[in-house]
Amino acid sequence: MSTNTIALTEFQTRPLTLRLHEWVSTVDHKRLGILYVLYALIFLALGGIEATIMRLQLIRPHNDFVSPEVFNRMFTMHGTTMIFFVAMPLVFGFANYLVPLMIGARDMAFPRLNAFSFWMSALGGLLLYFSFFGGNGLYGAGSAPDVGWFAYAPLTAKTFSVGHSTDFWTLSLLSSGIGSIGTAINIIATILCMRCPGMTLGKMPLLVWLNLVMAGLVILAVSPLSAAQIMLVIDRYLGGHFFDTQAGGSAVIWMHFFWIFGHPEVYVLVLPAFAFASEIIPVFSRKAIFGYPVMVLATVAIGFIGMSVWAHHMFTIGMGAGANTFFVLSTMAIAVPTGIKLFNWLATMWGGKIRYATPMLFCVAFLFQFLVAGLTGVTLAVAPLDWQLGNSYYVVAHFHYVIVGGILFTIFAAFYYWFPKVSGKMYDEALGKLHFWLFFIGFHLTFDFMHVPGILGMPRRIYTYEPGRGWDIWNLIVTIGVAFQAAGILVFAGNLVLSYLRGKTAGDDPWDAWTLEWTTSSPPPAYNYAVVPTVRSRRPLWDLKHPEDPDWRYE
Amino acid sequence: MSPTNIFAPVSTPAESIFGLSIFVLLTVAAIFVVVFSLLAYAAVRFRNKQGDDSSEPAQIYGSTQVELAWTVIPVLIVVALFLATARVIVSIQNAPRPPGALEVIVTGHQYWWEYRYPQLNIVTANELHVPVNGPAHPKPTFLTLLSADTDHSFWVPRLGGKTDLIPNHPNQMWIDPHETGLFLGQCAQYCGTQHAKMLLRVYVQSPEEFERWVHEQQQTAHPASSAGERVFEATACVNCHTVSGTPAIGKFGPDLTHLMSRDTIAAGAVPNTPETLRLWVKNPDAIKPGSKMPAMGLSDQDLDAVTAYLETLR
Repeated sequence: MSTNTIALTEFQTRPLTLRLHEWVSTVDHKRLGILYVLYALIFLALGGIEATIMRLQLIRPHNDFVSPEVFNRMFTMHGTTMIFFVAMPLVFGFANYLVPLMIGARDMAFPRLNAFSFWMSALGGLLLYFSFFGGNGLYGAGSAPDVGWFAYAPLTAKTFSVGHSTDFWTLSLLSSGIGSIGTAINIIATILCMRCPGMTLGKMPLLVWLNLVMAGLVILAVSPLSAAQIMLVIDRYLGGHFFDTQAGGSAVIWMHFFWIFGHPEVYVLVLPAFAFASEIIPVFSRKAIFGYPVMVLATVAIGFIGMSVWAHHMFTIGMGAGANTFFVLSTMAIAVPTGIKLFNWLATMWGGKIRYATPMLFCVAFLFQFLVAGLTGVTLAVAPLDWQLGNSYYVVAHFHYVIVGGILFTIFAAFYYWFPKVSGKMYDEALGKLHFWLFFIGFHLTFDFMHVPGILGMPRRIYTYEPGRGWDIWNLIVTIGVAFQAAGILVFAGNLVLSYLRGKTAGDDPWDAWTLEWTTSSPPPAYNYAVVPTVRSRRPLWDLKHPEDPDWRYE
Repeated sequence: MSPTNIFAPVSTPAESIFGLSIFVLLTVAAIFVVVFSLLAYAAVRFRNKQGDDSSEPAQIYGSTQVELAWTVIPVLIVVALFLATARVIVSIQNAPRPPGALEVIVTGHQYWWEYRYPQLNIVTANELHVPVNGPAHPKPTFLTLLSADTDHSFWVPRLGGKTDLIPNHPNQMWIDPHETGLFLGQCAQYCGTQHAKMLLRVYVQSPEEFERWVHEQQQTAHPASSAGERVFEATACVNCHTVSGTPAIGKFGPDLTHLMSRDTIAAGAVPNTPETLRLWVKNPDAIKPGSKMPAMGLSDQDLDAVTAYLETLR
């Protein structure tokens, strides 16, 4: 550790500009990972503010907290921000940081591509938010995009979207899309080529497997989205008519382009969430993951089936009975591998000695919430039910159950689990639990009760609603939940900052864990491992700690 | 009770969806209870208790039998759900159109609904009138769904599921309400600034009442020549609105020939009263900011005259 101490002092006495320059010009996978995550946290705050504005507007019928134009911008920016500039960077940030460490590598396969990809994604976020200042290309045309995060044609055509707001949206997604594809290629190359001696594909930690499939999906899903953005620019500026219905273009083809991206994107986000759960649940249950080969198979199955379900977002657009039936079947089929995963986590906990530290609390809540999210997903896979519930608040509740109740909860778990490794400091357990309970209560107030107005006929994306439809009380409760969620997020941010500044030293392996990243120092040195490790099983540290009963005897 | 509850169906498509939804909800509820109980049991029973020794629990790496069980059982459940779903899809989407069916062409506009009855030669807006169905008088309504601009969606939850109105992509849906009354809904696909106030009102009437309504709507307007008519026809009103039997033949906005037969204006945003009508003509943004109707900047005197004229359109 002494070499690290010297490096740290030297680092801290350097001038600020030099230190900042090191971060801006870095090609270190760990620093880029941290940049991704910090960047995502800033956008999480922005997206949260936008959500809060929407919920204040909807707190009662015929409210006039914001104008319809502002409301429409808020839901467009909220959706775009949360998916492209919060969820994706968080996913890539953790993958960047953890994948090389967990496979015993010293960096990603292409460090410069890695830096390039991050800065392309960062540019995308800046472009999107610059629209608040630069989007007003025509007097009175409005600033930020207001076409919805799905930007259905022909609302994005010049006829209906004057000014530059849609252009900022398009270029922002194009730019971040290039970054995403770059990082996805990098993750795949790293996993396939950079594993340490002994780590066959079958001995990789599940997190690495899940990120491998995630990266494959990114390439397949983000490419058509980027192509569609280019086509939209051609429509708007070069006289193309791909989506311009006024000139014979097709609105439906945009829907296909968008959802062949949009649905696999859900799995892009949820597979890393599964990855965190698959690492954290075993460590805190003190048991090996149950059914590792089945977990891998289920992941690959989700990847393949996930590419064939996109048109379940389009059950109401008037596809024939044949197409509707196909997408019902493929969508329901994906419940099987997802269910298998849930059962395997359950079996991992079964017979264990579960320690409820903050990461495990978030993971156990994730299991319950993901169960509900999966089951409401099955109800929406039933096309006739989707004819009623599609585009209603029931759908909004369902996918927030997936993205917040599933994905965000495991991301919080991951924050607390790896914070000691990344910062070298232990977080405050009491604050962590306070964060958990505040956010848990807020989440359930908001998203449990949000299902009801959907069943009672409330469509989404409306800036106000009529009284007397039985929606008022549910909307009030939903908005109250926001206050708890916001409080939880503040405690979370406070915990990170305070613990970083004043936390206790964590040590290399505070959780008594089993994967390679816990063998190196906290934080790891730039080169990760002084000696490249050799592994014999999926849990190299278990083997080290239990030489009398190593895993490699059973695998 | 909510007037837009999907669990209170009064028309065959909504009823078959309701029946299917009960089956699906009971199935997923059963799954929920079983898995929730197992999870809760494991989470509580296997927690590390005070005073436990620090030894590790038995390491179990997997079990082929157990994995097979929780693969095969979900597959069977999926097959059952799929078959039930496919049946309802086909029964609704491929339902034959009886020869006596009423045909209505619905065109979505930013932010209002146009209804054309080609068999009856009627054009109206925002308030759809259809006859009630019974064993004695089966007369389902088949809707052809078009869009004049952006995507919209026709959703009246108690009558049926939603179907989108997409430009260059004509769609079909049908309803056969068994009860008379007013059924509410609204546009369910984001279509622009005033998507929220593109409300749907479907009046299901007895055969006699429907006949009477049809007869009224088939008349041309006979407004007494008035100052209001002069203002209306000398202003840009006529570029967008039709009043049959007069020079006003615009097609961009709602047909006003029988404006006073409607209970609401601005696609259901406000009741149709002299006050709201005057305010709507004076400043549409006061009722529906972002609507496509411009304020014509009429003097108070002209406003009174136009409002009086509109009130004669019965």
